[in-house]
Amino acid sequence: MTLSAFRRSAATWARRNLFRAPADAVLTITLGGLACYVVFRLARFVLVTGRWEVIEVNLKLLMVGGWEAAHLPRIAVALIVLAGWGGIIAGLIHGRRVRLGAAASIGMSTMGRVVDLTRRFGLLIAAVIATLALTTSRGPGLTAGGVVVGAVAGRLFGGWAGARGLPRKVVVVGNLVLAATPLAVYLYLVDAVPLAMWEGFFFNVTSAMAGIVLCFPIGVVLALGRRSTLRLISAMSTLYIEIVRGAPLFVLLLLSNVALGFFVPASIAPSKPVRAIITFAIFTAAYLAEIVRGGLQSIPRGQVEAAKSLGLSPWSQTTRIVLPQALRNVIPAQIGQFISLFKDTTLAGLGLGILDMLAVSEAVTQQPGFRGQGLIIETLAFTGFVFWVGSLTMSRESQRLERRLGVGVR
Amino acid sequence: MTTTIATTRPPLWRDRRVLSWVFQSAVFAVVAAFLLWLYGNYRENVASSGIPTNLNFLDNPASFEIPGNDFSQNQPVRDAYVEGILNTLRVSVPGIVLATILGTVIGVGRLSRNWVARQVATAYVEIVRNVPLLVLLTFTFLGVVLLVVPRIEEAWTPAGILVMSNRGIGIPWYSGGSGTTLVGVGAVGVLGWWLVARLRRRASERTGRPSHAGLLGAGAFLVVVATGWVALGFAITTPRVAGRQIDGGIRIDPSFFALLIALVVYTASHIAEIVRGSIQAVPSGQDEAAQALAMTGFQRMWYVVLPQAMRIAVPPLGNQYLNLIKNSSLGAGFGYFELTNVTRVTVGNGSPAVPAFALALAMYVGVSVLTSLLVNVANRRFRVVER
Repeated sequence: MTLSAFRRSAATWARRNLFRAPADAVLTITLGGLACYVVFRLARFVLVTGRWEVIEVNLKLLMVGGWEAAHLPRIAVALIVLAGWGGIIAGLIHGRRVRLGAAASIGMSTMGRVVDLTRRFGLLIAAVIATLALTTSRGPGLTAGGVVVGAVAGRLFGGWAGARGLPRKVVVVGNLVLAATPLAVYLYLVDAVPLAMWEGFFFNVTSAMAGIVLCFPIGVVLALGRRSTLRLISAMSTLYIEIVRGAPLFVLLLLSNVALGFFVPASIAPSKPVRAIITFAIFTAAYLAEIVRGGLQSIPRGQVEAAKSLGLSPWSQTTRIVLPQALRNVIPAQIGQFISLFKDTTLAGLGLGILDMLAVSEAVTQQPGFRGQGLIIETLAFTGFVFWVGSLTMSRESQRLERRLGVGVR
Repeated sequence: MTTTIATTRPPLWRDRRVLSWVFQSAVFAVVAAFLLWLYGNYRENVASSGIPTNLNFLDNPASFEIPGNDFSQNQPVRDAYVEGILNTLRVSVPGIVLATILGTVIGVGRLSRNWVARQVATAYVEIVRNVPLLVLLTFTFLGVVLLVVPRIEEAWTPAGILVMSNRGIGIPWYSGGSGTTLVGVGAVGVLGWWLVARLRRRASERTGRPSHAGLLGAGAFLVVVATGWVALGFAITTPRVAGRQIDGGIRIDPSFFALLIALVVYTASHIAEIVRGSIQAVPSGQDEAAQALAMTGFQRMWYVVLPQAMRIAVPPLGNQYLNLIKNSSLGAGFGYFELTNVTRVTVGNGSPAVPAFALALAMYVGVSVLTSLLVNVANRRFRVVER
């Protein structure tokens, strides 16, 4: 393309997209100016005026709170194991897709796959690198390297295993091992540091995960219950769902803080993080129930009728025909709920006095060296950035999944 | 000839109806037993520590003050609750209106032909939607209200009608009568608007001339309100700085604005996505038909696409409104005295925790149910009438 041709096409593009009408031009210039100013101020804040020492000094507190330094390697080991675990699962799913001829990467060049991966996880990787740049010790860097190696190794192994049909015994044992891994990791961590001491960003992530895992069975049972033809069951499920959905999470957290002690004997009164997790599960279950109900409603009647005509019992109809399809249809909505819970875990600081990342980011500005300098802007910006990267990456992945599953396209 | 139908019933243990009731009773029994266990523990704990379980605490003096309000410490807790729920509504109702406007603008912007508008709207949605509300709220509260707004000695007084300072923000307000009367006048005005608009629309259908229902209706509203205002002796007071206080007008606590801004900004990002999805769900033939009628871009959006999109958007919008009302409970962490904060403070002052929180929860659920009823009514009204 010659220069003049480029100029002409650029001018055409600008006329079409920026200056179609006089009003358009005004809008372009006003919004463009405003956007440039905001970006400039932001860049200046991040690169020049931001006093990031407060983050540098307190990075460990923000991330894992009062976790004993001697036990930090356990977190590293846990992260690496979980990365390998996730890699294996992703590889298995991908391998199965390859066997079925439905993988997204079929027909993609190696370069294309790298570009695709960068687009999907580039922001996350950049954020991790930026955070690592603030660290002073070698541990976090080594951990990040280990996570990458673990994830890649797991992915390769999973892809290899998934692409060929393994003997049934191996599959059963492998599935058991995969299912038990998170529990084993939890036991390994909690063995060193009790749950009551899980703080910082680590608390936000783990409590969101625990909340989702716990709320899942409750939510599915409630959704089935609400759709049940059994009146009493349906009424009880509906009552639960509507009451919990009508209450703010913050009030439920406050309630679990001051009132839970009245309802259970003192001997089993749980610690604060456990209370937070139970509250998250109770709260999210009601929302998940509504999501699953939507999935159940999306299954055509013919599926149940076909199952009935094959003589399946009601239990088999539900667990083998209806639920797998219903849950698959609402995976994106479930991820959305998980993101929402991930963000809501910040309420635990205000509601229960747990030192989650947001609470830490407020507390560290009161340290002797940093008090009274308005550093809250920096710490808040960092916290917001960490949550933003996590949520955005998850929501992008969920949109991708939505396209792949073809939900709403039919 | 009569045919006899064999009415042999299956044995009890295989009768579906019997089995279903046995199953339901069993589940109910388990749930009831669990709840009774909780309740038993509660009674025991309460009895051993002598904490009341009834709502009599509502008559005790509140012994706390609500800033920006003439609520006195000697008033009963009951009044504090009323004030709390009013404050929840005071921030929620303007929040819903503003978030809807901002969200619609941004949602339309995401589909704009203008590249810059599209990018700005997308950036707004992607940034705000993925940050925890509490981070946003802390930011608006600490970052904006406390650091940007000047001290009372150096208060900004733009055009002499506003006073902006860290002691609060003064805006012009009415004086010379009760608020209830003013709301009554407003209600009569709305009734007048509705009547005039209805009459004009009827007339327009009969004669075929343009109705100008909106314009004349608004005129009727203004006439009614202005007449009521003058006749009942209302007047406007503007705020001014008097020493270290704000005199005249009405003083609004900074926490109110922090909460309002955060709720509006956050909810608007969700509403924008709903509006965008709904616009995309309107068949593109509608827009093309409007284009064929030589309508301008604004006319196509305003008269053809948006009304149909809003019809689709009503149920999810209702959910967002409910979320906004519930999220207003976060104001409790920043000294805004809405329902949650009143509950928290009164429990801190010695009111029994369980009844106090149960009352607050009941109020929230009540407000939620009321809002969903309103949304359902709106949904039914806006639905396409199918013939």
